[in-house]
Amino acid sequence: MPIHLSWVRANLFSSWLSTAVTLLLAYLIARGLIAMLDWSIVKAVWSVPGGDTEICRALRGSGACWAVVGTKYRFILFGAYPYDEQWRPAVCIALFVALYALSANRALWRRELVLVWLAILGAIGVLMWGGVFGLVAVPQDRWGGLPVTLILATFGIALAFPIAILVALGRRSDMPAIRWLCIAYIELIRGVPLISLLFVASVIFPLFLPEGLELDKLLRAQIAIILFAAAYLAEVVRGGLQSLSDGQYEAADALGLGYWRKTSLVILPQALRQVIPPLVNTFIALFKDTSLVLIIGIFDLLSAAKTAIVEPAWQGFGVEVYLVVASIYFAFCFAMSRYSQALEGHLLRKTRR
Amino acid sequence: MTISLSDRAFRAIVIQAVVVALVAAAGWYLVANTLRNLDLRGIATGFGFLWREAGLPIAESPIAYAPTDNYGRALLIGVLNTLKVAAIGVVLATLLGTAIGIARLSKNWLLCRLSAIYVEFLRDLPLLLQLLFWYTLLQILPGPRGALQPLPGVYLSNRGLLFPSLVWEGAHLAILGLAALGLLLTIVYRRIARAAQLRDGRHRPVWPAACLLMLAAPAIAWAALGRPAEIDVPTLQGFNFHGGVLVSPEFFALLFGLVTYTAAFIAEIVRAGILAVSPGQWEAARALGLPTGLILGKIVLPQALRVIVPPLTSQYLNLTKNSSLAVAIGYQDIVSVANTALNQTGQAIEGIAIIMAVYLSISLSISLFMNWFDRRTTLKGR
Repeated sequence: MPIHLSWVRANLFSSWLSTAVTLLLAYLIARGLIAMLDWSIVKAVWSVPGGDTEICRALRGSGACWAVVGTKYRFILFGAYPYDEQWRPAVCIALFVALYALSANRALWRRELVLVWLAILGAIGVLMWGGVFGLVAVPQDRWGGLPVTLILATFGIALAFPIAILVALGRRSDMPAIRWLCIAYIELIRGVPLISLLFVASVIFPLFLPEGLELDKLLRAQIAIILFAAAYLAEVVRGGLQSLSDGQYEAADALGLGYWRKTSLVILPQALRQVIPPLVNTFIALFKDTSLVLIIGIFDLLSAAKTAIVEPAWQGFGVEVYLVVASIYFAFCFAMSRYSQALEGHLLRKTRR
Repeated sequence: MTISLSDRAFRAIVIQAVVVALVAAAGWYLVANTLRNLDLRGIATGFGFLWREAGLPIAESPIAYAPTDNYGRALLIGVLNTLKVAAIGVVLATLLGTAIGIARLSKNWLLCRLSAIYVEFLRDLPLLLQLLFWYTLLQILPGPRGALQPLPGVYLSNRGLLFPSLVWEGAHLAILGLAALGLLLTIVYRRIARAAQLRDGRHRPVWPAACLLMLAAPAIAWAALGRPAEIDVPTLQGFNFHGGVLVSPEFFALLFGLVTYTAAFIAEIVRAGILAVSPGQWEAARALGLPTGLILGKIVLPQALRVIVPPLTSQYLNLTKNSSLAVAIGYQDIVSVANTALNQTGQAIEGIAIIMAVYLSISLSISLFMNWFDRRTTLKGR
């Protein structure tokens, strides 16, 4: 982009106030950038021979100790998953990314996409669990890191979606008992913080079950996340249902379609298309929210990062580790939020045309 | 009337009865299981534990507390701590968010880009990660002896943030009371001035009366009472500070994280709200020769508020619910206290029920208040 003098004058120095703001900000940015580069590159320690962290300690915070990341990255990414089997969660991460990329493609928004989701999610389950096709079985309490975050978020949204559609339809139903049940469910879940639902999952769910039946902790947290996501998604779907004009409902009635045929053939295909951008936003929020499982002791990405710096030798280098984990979260969320914005623009143009 | 399943009304009743029965049966099954399990594990039920001695230490509390007090009081302090961080957080997040939202619309390219980057970064990272990051950052700060001094008398160290405080005296209360009375009188005067303006069309400025009633009168009272103003400045004695007001690292990290995170969302809401006011309003106001500040204050913001208030409400609710993440960094809010209580007593159901009841009532109160505010600001149709 060629920068013209007139552009600079209009956008940076248009008035004395604007000039003052520009100069002040430029000064602060320059100082911040210099301090940042000094800490993260110039004075940073990139590796410690023999795992001796004294070199890092000697910096006293004046430089970053990236050696902690070099030493611990396998643990941060995969948690306590058996070291020799860590290619499996790595493949799972790749499968998740492929799944997102496929679903982002508008040309592939067909019913068959549901089958693709089922197939890939199934493959991920097989890879993580093992026990078949000659794969060593890995119990759930050894899973950890990024795959757990991706599993909680993706399975959460995928399994919450059908529930959300039913609840959203129920909330707009003309049967009072059903409508009130759905409203109670939505408001109850949305009125309390996710962490209280995770507490329910970790301490009350076991009490719900009959004697002798036990569920994994991860599975219990997953159920709580599904129920949580379903309430928020239901409101998103309801927005889509409300955006349709009454004419669509009346036309379907006039054709003599029954409730389910009207809903599945006329209403939902249009309503769901409308809600894809807010759906992506819900997914981003859920993706971030899965980090809360740290509090009930499940090893997701953030939890693994926090545990990585518990070892005495590496204590005090949390900032470095959190920055790396932050960049992973940011990469996923930023890509999705950009996609959602682009999609919103596209759908808006389509309806205007 | 024949009763058959093809009759719509009858079918609706049957469907509802079946669904309600299924939900009730599932609920009954879970309750029965739970009761049996509680019985098997020998866990007591009921809220009797609220009156038992808690024995759990609470680091910061707005009201007097000792570990020998009962669980009820400990939980009450948890609720107060939650309300404290939420109330301060909501105010600060609104201020910061509005500032960033307006900066986002600035004609200054640098300011606009910078606030856009702020919003993008803060929104796309999990709040829990941000809280842990700020808390870690505070922990690696130097100790009291090497404390940073961002402003004279304000110290930032790994013990938290310290700032000077006013030594509270009875006279201050009287002055504060006078200022409150001044505010009340100003509101009354404003009403009278408005009514008079409606009658004769002459504008009567409110600000001179407001200054007189709310600032000058308390200031005169302060001087008359002998100017009580002893300021308690924190000073380093040995290895620690004495005096001043201490904000603990836990509270500081939680508040800072909540405010900066929520402000990013509020900024987007404010920006969208201002953009929703049609450019014609700006142009018309400019054509009338109004200065920018007055256009923003009298014409654009009142209209933008109608778009802003509903999503802002949900951000306030989110901030309140997100304050529950305090448990991860050791600030003793209701979740943290109830969690400790339920671990000590084993009464998980009661503990979690209390957490949920507290948040549900806070959520309900905020949305009732904001609905009332929303009704007041909506355009009255004729």
